[in-house]
This record gives sequence, C-alpha cells and structure tokens, in this order.
Amino acid sequence: MTDAKDERRPAGELEASVMAVLWAAGAPRTPGQVQRSLGAELARTTVTTILTRLHDKGVVERSRQGRGYAYYPVQDAHGLTARRMHSELDRDTDRETVLARFVAQLSPQDERVLRDLLEPGER
Amino acid sequence: MTALLLLPLLLPFAVPALARRALDRLAPVTALWVITVSAVVLAGCSLAALGGFVLTGLLKLPVFAALGELVRPLPTPSDLVVVPAAAVSVGALAVCAGTLVRAALREFRAFRSARTEACRRPAAGDLCVVDSPHPDAYALPGRPHRIVVTTAMLRSLDVAEREALFAHERAHNRGGHHYFLAAAELAAHCHPALRRVRGTIRLAAERAADEAAAAAVGDRRLTARAIARAALAGQDARSTRPDLAPAAASGPVPHRVKALLATPHVPRRAAAWIAALLVACTALSFASSATGVLVVHHRVEIAQGEESR
Repeated sequence: MTDAKDERRPAGELEASVMAVLWAAGAPRTPGQVQRSLGAELARTTVTTILTRLHDKGVVERSRQGRGYAYYPVQDAHGLTARRMHSELDRDTDRETVLARFVAQLSPQDERVLRDLLEPGER
Repeated sequence: MTALLLLPLLLPFAVPALARRALDRLAPVTALWVITVSAVVLAGCSLAALGGFVLTGLLKLPVFAALGELVRPLPTPSDLVVVPAAAVSVGALAVCAGTLVRAALREFRAFRSARTEACRRPAAGDLCVVDSPHPDAYALPGRPHRIVVTTAMLRSLDVAEREALFAHERAHNRGGHHYFLAAAELAAHCHPALRRVRGTIRLAAERAADEAAAAAVGDRRLTARAIARAALAGQDARSTRPDLAPAAASGPVPHRVKALLATPHVPRRAAAWIAALLVACTALSFASSATGVLVVHHRVEIAQGEESR
C-alpha cells in the first residue's frame, strides 16, 4: 500500500484500523506508537486526528503521557456485551446463515491441511 | 400431468453436484448469482408442483368438488396415484411451512440480538469490537453496515492480516451477501436436495468476499494467511470446549485458502458449459411446473363445464 492510497481511504476505515491497533495492544498507546504499528503509512497528524475523534465519540479514553496523551479503548462493563452476545448467538450453531462469519469450524483434517499450507517447509 | 409435476420435484437432486462444479469453475460472484437464482427458482417450482398435486387430490373429494363448483368429475389419472400423491404433498408442504417459519424466526432473532448489541456502543468507523476470549468475526448488515470482531480475533492477527479481515467483511456488506444467504436458507427448507446447495452458496459468498479482500489489500497470499490464522486461532480456543461436534471431513476453510494460493481464476469454456447446464436445469423445472399447473387449471375448467374437452 502506498501513502497516497492510505490517505485516500474513507475516514471510517481508518478509524476501524486505529481502533483495532488499540484493542490488539492491550495497553495505552501514544499516536506515535499507533502510527508505527500501522506500518507508518499514515502521517502522524492523521493518526492524532483520528484518535481525537475516537475520544470525542467516547470509544477511547486517554491518559497524560509525557507531553501528549496515550489512548486505550473503553472497556464495556465487565464484558457484559460479549457474554450476552455469546449466550444469545451460541444457542444455535446455525447462526452463521445470515451473519456471514469470517471462518467456519475446522475438522481435524482441515486443521492439518491449513497448518501445512501456512508452513509448507515444516511438517 | 403427473410427470410434468414430478419433474420439478426430481430436478433439484441434480443441482448440488452442478452447483459445486459451477463454484469451482466460475468467478465467485457469478457463481453466487447463478447458484442462488437457480436454487430459489427450483425451490419455488417444487412448491408449485406440490401445490398442483394437493389441488388435484382435494378436488377428488366430494366436499371440495362441490366447493369448486365442479359439474363433472375431474379428469385425472387413476385415483390410486392422485390420492396418495396429494396426501404426501400435503405432508411435505406442512413440513416445509413449519421449518421455514421456525428458521425465519430464529434468523430474525439472532440478527436482531447481534444488531442490538453492536449498536449499544458507538463504533469506530464501521468496526464494533467485542471484548471476548473467543476469536470470532462477522459482517452485520443493516443501516449502517457494521463489522463485528472480538478482541481475541484482533490479537491473533497482525496489522496486515487484520486489514484483510476487515476488507473481507466489508465485501460481504457491500455485496449484500446476507440476501443470498437468506435466499439459500429459504430454498434449503423447500426441498431436501437444496440443503447441500445452501452450503455451496455460503461458500460462494465467502469466496466472493475473499477475492474482494485480496483485491483490496493487493495480496492473495496475505489474505489466505489471514483466513488460515483466524481459523486456527478459533480452533485453539475451542479445544477446551469438547461439546462441539466435528465438522465434515473437508470443510470450506481449506478450500478458500487453497483457492487464494492458486493462480487467479481464468475463464474457461467449461465454466460456460456448467453455467448453461445449471440454467437449463432451472429453466426445465420452471417450464414443467408452469405447464403442469396450467394443465391442472385447464382440467379444473373442463370439470367446471366452462370449457369443452
């Protein structure tokens, strides 16, 4: 991906990418760290703008760190959403019919095939 | 007449094999369209055929013959064929209706609960993160479209793989794939042979989204790796949950990964043939059920004395 292509992406997609970095990190991150995690394809000011916007929306919190801020995602109350979602959705294994899930369940054979495809050299 | 109405009930049995080949040979988006439209038409035709049998059988009964203002007995093949056929058809239609309604309600409930949870909190762009130790991700259609990803899924992929995942889910939403999945679900409840086609349609939707994701991130290998990593992460988390039954011998995920690792699809003559065969099968089913229903209608009019033989 080139810089130009990244800067042209819709704001919503950039917000999603930044949010994903914060969640995956699991610890507060400064705009500079976020920018580096994203592969430094975005200007740091862009990352700062996105983080500020996310903070305004109330999806991230921030704490003072040095001269700037470090950002972290707002945890929802005791993972309530997750639990409710799973109890509701796990009830039927058929739920993936309309909700297109990224990956389906694997059989032991599938697992072997996938591991072989991922690491063709090592078996 | 019996043969005309039987054909739409038998043709769906030829379709699962054809659909599977179509998916292997056609571009995923084309396959998704052709297979879904075929499945829906075949489902509709088999319902119409069942309806034709039921109508003929009912009009054999004196009560319904009187209600239908028949002045002559309905000209049909032997009662030995018509009455059992009607009885079986009534049973089949009742089962269809029951499972259809149940499936529709279940889908609607699952969808609504997913939607409510996703909308509870403001999203970052179109992304809704669920803090959960189970790796999971899905597209949530609606206004606006959302993609739901658990923290465990985000953590098991690197930055580039996450972009492939997001591109995949956005392709589902942008392509309106949930309509295809819903149509497949409805068709599957109309005819037992179309159950296997439902699996093919789901796979076609995934393949279409995979190709779109590969195009968006510009790297087929990366997209394949993201899918494989996500699937294996889900597997590791699941190993503590032995209650889940193992899936069929070779599932859709290795197929998708292999397809992405292979050289991109080139259109071949075989593709055109398989599509033509599928369309012909569907057209034949439509023609025979339509003719069958028209014949029934014509015979009823004769029996009503409105038309001469």
